[in-house]
Amino acid sequence: MLIARVIGELVATQKHPSHEGRKLLLVQPLNLDGTDRGEAVVAMDAVDAGVGDKVLLATEGFSAMTSVGRPNSPIDMSVIGFIDHIELVPGVH
Amino acid sequence: MYFGRVVGRVWCTVKNPQMVGQRLLVVQPLSPELENRGKPIVCTDCVGAGTGELVYWVRGKEASFPFLPQEPPVDTTVVGIVDSVHLQPVHLQRAAEPVTAAPAEHRLELPLRPEPPERANARKPSRKD
Repeated sequence: MLIARVIGELVATQKHPSHEGRKLLLVQPLNLDGTDRGEAVVAMDAVDAGVGDKVLLATEGFSAMTSVGRPNSPIDMSVIGFIDHIELVPGVH
Repeated sequence: MYFGRVVGRVWCTVKNPQMVGQRLLVVQPLSPELENRGKPIVCTDCVGAGTGELVYWVRGKEASFPFLPQEPPVDTTVVGIVDSVHLQPVHLQRAAEPVTAAPAEHRLELPLRPEPPERANARKPSRKD
């Protein structure tokens, strides 16, 4: 799982039937210091997150599919949590 | 899932029997600002996307799930055609709170979502944790 920030939303009409009824979010994975970590990805929303929220991102198929309740569907990333607070040992980045 | 644009098509005459009838697309991965990112890849298609369209695609074993009960040996599949992209304005992205707690006086206060109310029975973090 990765710490990430929701930076946008996608709208898609023509899509796989298993994706209907769920939001598609553009999500930017983050390093611990808040800087960008790699490229932004598209994730399905399981917790009703919105733009600007800091979230927990599942980046593996099984966890992503089950978290949105769509087993055996083509979903490999989903937002599975909303991060309220992160506490770190001082000096860790 | 990843964001990209269909930039071409591929035809194969001799291929794995499970792949017969599959459309193959050349997809250029994009950043949310529609700038090219990395090198183009070949994807199968389950939604009928055409050249020039913005799409999102899935990678890994999940890429064969749209074709169940067949299981073609594919690792990337286009699973949706993107109509529009709504991005958070850049000045708000910069203002988002860093993950590590910066000193309060250095932190740019611009709450994007109200703080959750403190629960009465919330467990206080202790030294032992």
